[in-house]
Amino acid sequence: MEVAEVEAEVEKKATATRSRLIVRLAALLVSYSTLVSVVCCLAGLIALLVLPLLAKNTYISENALLPGSANPVLSYQHVTQANNLILDIMNIADDKEAPDIEIPKLIAKYMEILGAETYHHKFSQPQNQFHPLYFFSTSPNSPPTLANLSYGTSTVGIIRAPRGDGKEAIVLVSPYNTQNAGGIDASASSIGLAFSVFSLLSRATWLAKDIIWVASDSRFGDHTSVSAWLNDYHNPNFIGDASSNRIFKRAGTMACGIVFKVVEKERREKYEDRDVVTMYAEASNGQMPNLDLLNVVHYLAVHRQGIRVRIGMFGGLVKSHLVRVLGEVMQQVGRFARSLNPDWRFEMPSSEYVEGTATLASSIYSQALGVPTGPHGAFRDYQVDAVTLELSPRFSLKNEHTRLAFLLKGGRLIEGTVRSVNNLLEKFHQSFFLYFLTAPNKFVSVGVYMIPFAFLVAPLPIIAASLFNLTSNRNPWRWLHTAKPLLITHTWSVVVTLLPFYISKISDLPSTHCMLTWAGGSLMALVILYIVFGSPYSKHVEWRLLKAVMIASVSIGLCLMSIINFATAQIGALFVVPMCLFALPIRVKTNNSLIRSMVMTCNLVMAVLGFPVTAVALMQGVIKGFGTVSILEFWDSMKFLWGWNSATYLYLVLVHLPCWLLFLHILFHPCR
Amino acid sequence: MGLFEKPKSIWSILNSRPITFYTSSFPLEKVGSSFFHGERFTSRPLTGEGAMASHTFLSLLLFYFYTFHLVHPIHCSVGSNAFDTTSAPQEEFSEELLLKPLPDYKVLAHFHFTSTSPPSSSNGQHHHLFPKSIAQLVKKYKIRELELSFTQGRWNYDRWGASDPLSTANGKPPGVELWALFDIPTKEEIDATWRNLTHSLSGLFCASINFLESSTSYSAPLWGFLPNNGDLRYGALPREAVCTENITPWLKLLPCRDKAGIASLLDRPSIYRGHYHSQRLKLRSDGLNGIVIEQTLSVVLQPIDRTSWSMHQLFKKSLMGKCALAKSSKVFLEIERSLVSQNENILELVGEADMVTNDQRDHSTIYQYNVERYSEHEALDIRVNWKKLLQVSFLQTPLHASRFLMGSGNERGSIAISLQSARNSTKGLYDNSKNCFTRVVIFQVVPWYVKVYYHTLRIYVDGAIRDAKDVVEKINVTPSEDKVSPGTLEMMLQFPCGMMSAALTLDFDKGFLHIDEYPPDANQGFDIPSALVSFPDFISRRIYPDSISSPLLQSYKGRNIVKSYTEVLLVPLTTPDFSMPYNVITFTCTVLALYFGSMVNVLRRRVSEEERLAKSKDKRKPGLIPLLISKISNKVRGIKEDSANQSQSSQPILGPKVVFKVVLIALIAVLGHYFFNSS
Repeated sequence: MEVAEVEAEVEKKATATRSRLIVRLAALLVSYSTLVSVVCCLAGLIALLVLPLLAKNTYISENALLPGSANPVLSYQHVTQANNLILDIMNIADDKEAPDIEIPKLIAKYMEILGAETYHHKFSQPQNQFHPLYFFSTSPNSPPTLANLSYGTSTVGIIRAPRGDGKEAIVLVSPYNTQNAGGIDASASSIGLAFSVFSLLSRATWLAKDIIWVASDSRFGDHTSVSAWLNDYHNPNFIGDASSNRIFKRAGTMACGIVFKVVEKERREKYEDRDVVTMYAEASNGQMPNLDLLNVVHYLAVHRQGIRVRIGMFGGLVKSHLVRVLGEVMQQVGRFARSLNPDWRFEMPSSEYVEGTATLASSIYSQALGVPTGPHGAFRDYQVDAVTLELSPRFSLKNEHTRLAFLLKGGRLIEGTVRSVNNLLEKFHQSFFLYFLTAPNKFVSVGVYMIPFAFLVAPLPIIAASLFNLTSNRNPWRWLHTAKPLLITHTWSVVVTLLPFYISKISDLPSTHCMLTWAGGSLMALVILYIVFGSPYSKHVEWRLLKAVMIASVSIGLCLMSIINFATAQIGALFVVPMCLFALPIRVKTNNSLIRSMVMTCNLVMAVLGFPVTAVALMQGVIKGFGTVSILEFWDSMKFLWGWNSATYLYLVLVHLPCWLLFLHILFHPCR
Repeated sequence: MGLFEKPKSIWSILNSRPITFYTSSFPLEKVGSSFFHGERFTSRPLTGEGAMASHTFLSLLLFYFYTFHLVHPIHCSVGSNAFDTTSAPQEEFSEELLLKPLPDYKVLAHFHFTSTSPPSSSNGQHHHLFPKSIAQLVKKYKIRELELSFTQGRWNYDRWGASDPLSTANGKPPGVELWALFDIPTKEEIDATWRNLTHSLSGLFCASINFLESSTSYSAPLWGFLPNNGDLRYGALPREAVCTENITPWLKLLPCRDKAGIASLLDRPSIYRGHYHSQRLKLRSDGLNGIVIEQTLSVVLQPIDRTSWSMHQLFKKSLMGKCALAKSSKVFLEIERSLVSQNENILELVGEADMVTNDQRDHSTIYQYNVERYSEHEALDIRVNWKKLLQVSFLQTPLHASRFLMGSGNERGSIAISLQSARNSTKGLYDNSKNCFTRVVIFQVVPWYVKVYYHTLRIYVDGAIRDAKDVVEKINVTPSEDKVSPGTLEMMLQFPCGMMSAALTLDFDKGFLHIDEYPPDANQGFDIPSALVSFPDFISRRIYPDSISSPLLQSYKGRNIVKSYTEVLLVPLTTPDFSMPYNVITFTCTVLALYFGSMVNVLRRRVSEEERLAKSKDKRKPGLIPLLISKISNKVRGIKEDSANQSQSSQPILGPKVVFKVVLIALIAVLGHYFFNSS
């Protein structure tokens, strides 16, 4: 009898523990929250530093692309034709009084000789107006008023594919600038390069997609002309313009955009033994073109034309001692791991690690900024994959022979790329859209780069839960007391977001004044909110509860941002997560004075650095060097962000700023 | 389907030769007819006597045919005329080729083959020249009119002309277009017949015309395409690729195939190298004229030397005489007035024409060459030399129509049709008086997954938005029904003559397809077939003197309405990630497992019992080891005894002992691994 009873007991106990496994695990995590959060944060930081080691080599994923399978047929004949155009443009730029009218005419004439359909596209400088309600829409739909403004003229030529059905098109864009007298050489060469490819394609029998060449007048910047043309292509305005017979021809859905320009660099400190092409891929809000497009360009440039490929890199980081030391450490660790097991091959030379880190930092930073790095960004707004190629020759373009050789090389690169994209049956979908680059041929895919962020964010809910458990109040709805301060901070952040709109309405204010007005307005709004809602420190608001709610709201904000722009969330997490974890009121009493003083020092440092203004200045200082950074430039950098409709601005003001304010609230909590 | 299966061995002889000795006393009619309907022959059981009779008859027939087959060639060589003139109306065949230099130095070659079959053939179901498969098609499906076109490339309305009869007839949308008028009263029967017809044609022409069978792909326009009484069906497949496999069955319909006559010029590499390629079959049948088929092939070729070309250079073959069975065989060279008016010497012809005529309005000059005069020794080779290159354009449509998509993203967009006036070329047709209006008919079929909201129709005339009821004269909309039928829009618009430009936009939402409705290349996007823009007030016709008797030039005389097809549109739709079914399966399985696990857990638990159990357990004294563990852990965490009891849920299940064990095992494993690898 007794034995059976005991057995039954044991069985019941076993089932009871088994059924609560998940709950028990969670409880375990919560009870060891401090340890877990420290381990997770460290793991996150280490994973971030190890990312260059985890980068994989790129490969061409879409089989239909077949890059380099056909021999390039661009010949000296095409290039010499293009050279004639270059010479004509230079003559016009030197002699004629109005080169900005003559050059589009000349380009159109040359296009027509090839049998292309041509037209001119006129556009004006857009009003860079901040409008909070149109934040994510790219076109505020203001009808352009060409009459009273100065306008630019882009020339567009279309080649219809001989046997194609005209459903798809490949867009070639060559920006040129006639205003800039010094760069006319390079501008003319850009057009010449495009023309040589265009003349080849006008005779090509293998075309399946139409070719559009946009010689874009970049007097208002490269991006403006391209985005104006794309806007007219996708969202034409039928109202108005009855008198002028505006011709605008189209060629179907765009498959791909290739922007290329020739840039003649001043004699660098480093001797270049080859022509260099620099790829720019980041579009607005951290969007990237399909990796296959970059792969094709890289493959053709390196393996077919012998051109060196570069991507953006922070030169400052390469020289930084800290990164070098890290590189050495990584090398040693890799070597050690390899000595343990020859199959663990993540050893990397320290120089490679340093370069990879500098490139990765640049990649993350340009994605996090949310501002396109070139005219290709305008394409991405219409879901078209595009890349900007900046070709810089090894020798001067003044010499005709070297110029011809350079045009031939560059032209063949573009011909090959066009041919690959032309081979595509479907749009780019095979390869990655979410990635960071650590070298032109190395990438970190989304599955890998999410690990550091996940590690950084993971402790937040655990800490929030443990803090929630530790409060003396046992009411499950106790967090509602803290809703008031939370509401106040978030209302305030919304007010701060909208203030610049009204400030920018007041015209002719220098940026310093704008900045001060913004700061003053924000402070006033905060004071008014406190007066209206009352002090945030009411009787029931314990600091632990406040911290728990702050952490919860921040983790929601970070996760949302990681969906919109991952890189921003990644960098933001580096600032915000320590703030969330370390927050401790000054007046709180603890036993260990050493730990307390350390935590307090950290808190004070973070209170200063966590303020969005200083955080942005710090970021820019790390990236560009501290000499150039000034806090008063914050207004300008914010203006830059909303000018490009970057969600980073929203993140800074709607997630980061309330977090910082709540942090201050906790810091100065009375601890009754 | 058995009707069109390729007859084999003896039956092929049966099918292809006229049989004149049927009138024996045997029950021939029935058995004979079953020979031609293989299906029925096998399915109908014959009675014993009948079977016996048919056996003897078959052997007789075999014998007869054998002798007939041997004798026939001799019979033919005596003269086919003697054989045919027994009945008054005859089957006729004529072949023509029209060459036309285009302003951008390309050459349009238009092959035109006509076969006619008299209404009541004296030979019953048998034909002399006329393709039997077509005759059977017409008979079985009661077709009044049918047009099937296979096109690759786009007709360039700007450069190759838009309002002359040749371009109006030639300009076809890319891919396959099929329309047919039936002589059947009820709608359901027409739909059923259409389905059968698509299958028959797809077998006949080796193309996937059978995709037009589904009700989501064809429509029944009332007046937008061609005025009718609801017996017209129209379907288009813009993505159908056209190649030699389509032209071979098309050539089989010709009596000489491509072995002799004008069709022998059809060298596959040369014609498929062209910039435009449109192969058509048009048939009309009525009680008066019988069945008439027009088989046309239009190709736009680029001569290697832009300034001088000849037929031999274009086709890489020479024309050596006519097809012996053709009634007439002619080659025409049409030179547009605008090409020669400025300077007579701009163009030089080598080769002597049999006849030179102008059309009534003096738009063009026709040079006629009779192929009969040429033979193997003296091939016909027309050569044209340009002395000067000039840029001119042919007659344009009154309004240049183009269609494009607006907006971006996977959610919604708009279709826009823009009409630009081509004022300079049609100056004479316009006057700016208030009462002058131009009518434009737009016909457009949109697949159901592009959900067009027809109420969002906005019309802009000369840059100002206009009320739809001011401009739209007549409109007929058939909204699409999900997975059942496409949306059809027929619209007649009235624009003032002085108008420079007009645009109309229609908003749409992009639909979602079921996973198995996606085609293999879903990421390419989905096609919206070409829209047809026609101008009922403008007639394209050219009248030539009656001295030329040619079915091709006769067709120019008809009152053809000027029309043009717009571009095919490509709509990117949202597509699932097809390449990752594995991920989907694992994800769903994980979620399901978690869900069921916790669900079963919750259902199985009895909370009250557990509470009771817990209470009874509390009363009992805990064992020695658990007590120790809890004490140690409490010390480690620095929590006092009573608070530990308070929060039971936070008690750890991993004691230090367990942790120690785990670390020990891991250490042993690492050391063992290292040891084994190093050795």
